[in-house]
Amino acid sequence: MAIRVNLITGRTIQQGVSMEAGKEKPAYTAACGIIELDPADFKKLGAFRNTNVRVTSGYGNVVVKAVEATQGPHPGVAYIPMGPWANMVVNPNTYSTGMPTFKGTPVEVEVAKTEPVLGSLELVRKGCRGELA
Amino acid sequence: MTRTVTDVICPFCGTLCDDLEVVVSDDEKDLLEVYNACAIGAEKFLHSQAKDRITRPRMRQEDGSWKEISYDEAIEYTARMLTDAKKPLMYGWSSTNCEAQAVGSEIGEIVGAIMDNTATVCHGTSLIAVQDIGIPSCTLGEVKNRADRILFWGCNPAHAHPRHMSRYSIFPRGFFTGKGHTGRKVIVVDPRPTDTASLADVHLQVEQGRDYELLDALRVAFKGEKLPDFVAGIPKEKIYEAAETLKSGRFAIIFFGMGVTQSLGKNHNIDEAIAVTRDLNEYTKAAIMPMRGHYNVTGSGQVWGWLFGFPYAVDLSRGFARYNPGETTANDLLRRDEVDAVFVLGSDPGAHFPFSSVKKIYDRPSVAIDPHETPTTEVCKVHVPVAFVGVEVGGCAYRMDNVPIETRKVVEPPEGMMTDEEFLGRVLARVKEIKGV
Repeated sequence: MAIRVNLITGRTIQQGVSMEAGKEKPAYTAACGIIELDPADFKKLGAFRNTNVRVTSGYGNVVVKAVEATQGPHPGVAYIPMGPWANMVVNPNTYSTGMPTFKGTPVEVEVAKTEPVLGSLELVRKGCRGELA
Repeated sequence: MTRTVTDVICPFCGTLCDDLEVVVSDDEKDLLEVYNACAIGAEKFLHSQAKDRITRPRMRQEDGSWKEISYDEAIEYTARMLTDAKKPLMYGWSSTNCEAQAVGSEIGEIVGAIMDNTATVCHGTSLIAVQDIGIPSCTLGEVKNRADRILFWGCNPAHAHPRHMSRYSIFPRGFFTGKGHTGRKVIVVDPRPTDTASLADVHLQVEQGRDYELLDALRVAFKGEKLPDFVAGIPKEKIYEAAETLKSGRFAIIFFGMGVTQSLGKNHNIDEAIAVTRDLNEYTKAAIMPMRGHYNVTGSGQVWGWLFGFPYAVDLSRGFARYNPGETTANDLLRRDEVDAVFVLGSDPGAHFPFSSVKKIYDRPSVAIDPHETPTTEVCKVHVPVAFVGVEVGGCAYRMDNVPIETRKVVEPPEGMMTDEEFLGRVLARVKEIKGV
């Protein structure tokens, strides 16, 4: 079953540290290839913590690991740290300001247990070559 | 034997901490320890020492593999790409020093490039708002020494500017703020109860994207006018209370971040935040400051400000500087296919632009200048590794409050590695040769 949530993105300290340590490293994927969901939304989704999920918006989709919100509660709001995973689904429209709408993208989240979370380089490479599902 | 270098500047965020201590080996080749830095800053210094660091330029081959090339070949490719292009985009400029930004700007002028910096996905909308209605601001020193009402709006310094609160905004004891955090009142406005909110006296958990309404409600509350029962999910009593808290201070400061600049409303949210600051000055002293992200994004705005008159999104393709956010901004240009080559320095759009823009970089001739291997280097045709500014080469950077600070070199870069400024200087010379100027 899929749930609908409002997606926001931004910095976390784990994102910052792992970014400086190298975006090609697994630690960066562990820090940013996630979606933070509120416990109430986990219940609606009917999934365990640390399950891979597919996040879909009107602009794209991406597989990330669903984890419990670290700075919650925020029912109805989901958080993917800034990075290539979030940017697969955020609203790219700038509405003539130059600024893509990184915060406030309606997304659908569904369980995708068997699908892998790709590393950052592989994700953009496959995306550019049209090799993503 | 080792040596400790004191008063080192941290080249990570706009807080530009200037009290780091770095332990280096006697021959100044190895960086061993970093003290006083936050986790992110320390990692930046230490990662410069990574054994798997890429030290030579490389070019993407037909089969997708990388081939090592010389700096001369990389300079030739870059100069040719920029001079062959009708309208190249030269993007980034925030993780480098002002000296390199100035050389890059000269290249941009000769090749008729569009110059954009990371403000375009960060505080660009704040810059538009400042041009709309001005900005009553101050320095971080004034905040430390005078501010007793601190409002964080849509920013989370506990994660993004980790030492901001201890050095300037919440905890330090300043000249008129001798009681430190006990003498300050802190308000956080954020749709999540963030780690910063946990340190606040008041947290207003605004409905995401409703910042404009709440800012407007504050202005109503300052004047004691009537509010509806709830605004942006916040009960009116809490809004009146927050307004009173702000008015009763001797010096109020509003720090704002991506929560307001990237949510719908964008520059209009900042217009309203600045109007709140202006109104607050009827009752007490108030100032407002954007929480700038990259350590020298402010500097690139300064450099282009004095060179071209505009802080970002500068279009030089017509032979004079033009500026029109929404048209001459990197993401709009890429998504509309309006640029035919992409040069990136000191930023990672591959990771931080929406994917539809990243794909356009991949489809074009492109060069990425970056010490790290990043999603941008992954989609570019040529990757040129350079020395870390603030670690392996010094240079000027501007703090988030527009105070220039000279960064310091603490260790030698790997042998034979160029700096941003050296590489750009060589590209500039070659561009001049090709163009006959």
